This record gives sequence, C-alpha cells and structure tokens, in this order.
Amino acid sequence: MTHPKYDTALNNYYKKIADAATEDMVLNMGPQHPSTHGVLRLELITDGEIVKEVIPHIGYLHRCFEKHAESLTYQQTIPFTDRLDYLASMNNSHAFVMGVERMMGIDKDIPKRVEYIRVLVCELNRIASHLIAIGTYGIDIGAFTPFLWCFRDREHIMGMLEWASGSRMLYNYIWVGGLFYDLPVGFEERCAEFVTYFKPKMVELNELLTDNQVFISRTANVGVLPLDVAINYGCSGPMLRGSGLKWDLRRIDGYSVYPELEFDIPIGQGKMGAVGDCWDRYKVRVDEIEQSLKIVEQCLGRLQNELKRTTDFDPRAKMPRKITPKAQDYYVRCEGAKGELGFYFMADGKSEIPTRVKCRAPSFHNLSVLPELAKGVMIADLIAIVGSIDFVLGEVDR
Amino acid sequence: MSFEEIKLLLIEKFGEGVVVGEETTGLQPALLVAPDQITNVCLELRNNPKTYFDFLSSISGVDYGVEAGRFGVVYHLASIPYKTQLTLKISTENDRSLDNLPTFPSITPVYRTADWHEREAYDLLGIFFENHPDLRRILLPDDWDGFPLRKDYKAAEYYKGIKVD
Repeated sequence: MTHPKYDTALNNYYKKIADAATEDMVLNMGPQHPSTHGVLRLELITDGEIVKEVIPHIGYLHRCFEKHAESLTYQQTIPFTDRLDYLASMNNSHAFVMGVERMMGIDKDIPKRVEYIRVLVCELNRIASHLIAIGTYGIDIGAFTPFLWCFRDREHIMGMLEWASGSRMLYNYIWVGGLFYDLPVGFEERCAEFVTYFKPKMVELNELLTDNQVFISRTANVGVLPLDVAINYGCSGPMLRGSGLKWDLRRIDGYSVYPELEFDIPIGQGKMGAVGDCWDRYKVRVDEIEQSLKIVEQCLGRLQNELKRTTDFDPRAKMPRKITPKAQDYYVRCEGAKGELGFYFMADGKSEIPTRVKCRAPSFHNLSVLPELAKGVMIADLIAIVGSIDFVLGEVDR
Repeated sequence: MSFEEIKLLLIEKFGEGVVVGEETTGLQPALLVAPDQITNVCLELRNNPKTYFDFLSSISGVDYGVEAGRFGVVYHLASIPYKTQLTLKISTENDRSLDNLPTFPSITPVYRTADWHEREAYDLLGIFFENHPDLRRILLPDDWDGFPLRKDYKAAEYYKGIKVD
C-alpha cells in the first residue's frame, strides 16, 4: 500500500460524487452504451437535462501495450501496434516501423515500391477508418442508412487488405525494412476498380447525410472547440483541422513518399455554424476521404508504371537480420487516421528489446478534451459531441 | 531556434542551474532540466515568441532500472508556427519504496493535455506530480496495487480473490 497522501485526489473524487448525488443527479453513460463506441464510461453530473460535468473513466480495454513492448523485440511488437487503433492498423505499424528504421539508419534504403505500397495500404485504411467514423456518427444522431452504406463500402477495403495480408483487420503487413509480401497479382487493378466504384458512392453519401437538414441541425454549432483550446489539449488530426488549422504531419514532416504526392489538407470552415463545431469535424473526415482517394490513385499510377512489379522483387530484401538500434532515444510521429500518432523508443544499444516504448495515441488526447467540450450542454448534444471526436478505445486504453 | 540557442535562452532567463546536462548523441538532442524548474521552463518555452512550443506531444514516465535507482519524465514539445520539436528530460533519484514516490512538479497549468499524461505516469510508474488537479489512476482500477511499468514489478497472483493465470 502507498502512503495515504497519494490518495487525496481519489478521496476528493469520491466526495464529489457523493455530494453530487444529493444535490444533482449522477448518471452513468456506458461502459456498454452503444454511442460511446466501445467500452468508455462517462460519469455525468447533471442538472435536469444540462450536463454540469463529465468525468470520463477509461481503461476497460487496457492491454498493457507498453509492458508487452518492453519484453518483446521490435519485430514482435508490430502485431501489438495493430491492436492500438484497430480501425487503421496499417497506419499504426507504419509509424512504429518508421521509427525503428530511422533508429537503425536504414530508412533511406527502403525500395520505392515498398514505400508506395505502404502509403497505398495506409490511405486505404484511413478511408476505412473515416467511413466507420462517418457511419457510426450518423447512427449516433439517428440516421441508420449511412451506417449500412459506409460498412458496405468499407467491406471492399477490408477484402482487399485481407487479400494482401491474410487478415481482415489486424494485418501485421508492414515490417521493419520491408513488407510481409508484395501485393498479390491483380491487386492494383482491383483497387483501381474500387476507386471508380467508390467515387459516386461518396456523392450519394453527401446527399444523404452531409447536407441533410436534420443532421445539420443536430451538429452545427454544437460542441464548438476553439483552436487555442484544441492546441492546448494536444488535439490533432481531424479534431485540430476541424478547428481551422492546416496541420497535417504528412505535409509538415513529409515522411515516406508523401512529398511526392499531391493532396490538399481540408480544414473546418464553419460553413454551417461556428468553426470547430461537430459538423466541421465531420466534414473534414468526408473531405479527407476524397484526398485519400486522390493519393490512392497516384500510388496506383506509380505502382502500375515506373515501379511495376518484377519477378525478382523481394520486399524483404532490406530487412535486417537483427534489429539492434544504437543506444538512443527517439520519438517518431506520423499522421494516423485519428491524428498525431507517436512512438517514443529508448534503446540501450545492446539488446534487441527496447527498454521503454511509449505510445502517444491521438485518441487519448482527443478524448481528454471532452470534459471541457461538454460543460453545460444538453445530454442529447453530448452524444453528438462524443461521436464527433471519433476515438477508438483500443488506442485510448492501449 | 536551434537547440543551442534554446539552451542559451533558458540559461539567460533562469540562470546556470536550470540546464543540468544535454544528450546530443542520438538523432534527437535532449535537454536535461532541473526538475523544480520544469513548469517555468515550459511556460517560458510556450510563451516566448522566439520558441513558441505550444503543442505538447507527449509525456513519458521512465524507470531507469533497479540499479540506477532513478525515475524520470520525458517531455516532447512541438511548435506549430516554427515546425520544430524539442525534448526535455527531468529525473530524480529514488529508493523505490511505495511510501516515497518520485515527485515532480505538474505542468498542467501550462498544457492542459498534461493532465491525463501525468495521471498515466502516476498510474503505471508511480511518479507523483505536485499541484496536479486530479491525480487518480487512469488506466488501471482505483484499487490496483503497485505500478506495473516499474522494472521490479511482480504480477499479482490474485486479483480480488480470483487467481490470475
């Protein structure tokens, strides 16, 4: 047992809940509430319909990622990174692998074809992740059809990535120094077919949901997140861009082959209400899907022409036999589907196992702003705010 | 502003004692700061128009091992207008007893996002942050014993009378 002075905060919390139970009402939302997108428990202190305070309780999905990473080699940790943000696994392993490669000093030796395949699968995964965000957001607000449409289209991406990696959601496809396998024969053509199929579907989705008056009334001017608050809370990704800042690490850091690709960075413009409201965050995701499609098309173009598949191409050729980085600390960051995804490594230079791995999960920060956003809103609006954050509990709890 | 310039700026503002060392061998240089000054240093780095580190990427608590007997905290700052990054490190010696946790000042007054990160460091490594508004466990249950990310942590055999396999 620890010294009682370390329990002060816990006792204060118990007292607060006990006091609130007599004067206001304490309402538990979750951990099994469908609108919390996983096992998140929100403890609301409410005055009638007004939310006075939100106390999030996380950790129901804690899987000891950092503890595992301290006892496994870098290569063995990659499947664990897939389970962080399990809706965009490729982005997680890409970030992790990139950090290890830079520490090893082999990041410049990776073949161009491998890099383009990585970016291609990452962007496909980003589209899949945003489709879930949009679909489930619709269902939070009460629109059922967009959910089914989004999942139908997402299933095409899942099918393609399963074809490439052998698994539907948790791929373990991107490895340190290369890839698990080259893309299967015919993948590029199938992917191009998907892009042609998917573009009109986005137009349909916009007609159904984005410009829907009921949807706009529920989301515009709700949960407005001012830019300074967003930055101070460490928000990133669509959450930060929704508040009107052009900040995308794919452009800022220019990692992998992103400097060679053309795409725009959509930001929230406050078209339906204030800048940084729920509708803006939603719209940023819709626009990002279009930009990701653009990137996918460019990658396919390169992969089918100058970086064409050759019979002797081995995506594992540059893979180091033993991954033992020099003694150093390194923090790598990249743009995951939810925002800035970072890994902090501490290597001692002798062992194949890192001494410390810390995961900076974007959803963790994006969720931490919720108590600030939810002060004084109606309970029904809280659902809209929670949905617009688009967190994945696998990443929040790690 | 380069790493050296930031170092000089901090020394000029807070005196010689504020920077206790630096690590420049790796890909990212790190500044070792005196633990009691960390809140002021962060405030200065955030507010000074020449540095403007307005974005706190991450806070990592570190256990340097049983032999070293040290605990530390690593701060990763980023500046949005200048597109720069900076690593700050603080550390202290500690005897690992549960009655005397390693203690650092909290930087929640400067960056609100530090709130959950410091709670996480407290939860997993048992690092105590003074003046933190609400330092409870965050990922583990409130009644958990011990701090799992410490190098000498032994997994409990029973949790609430249930055998753990």
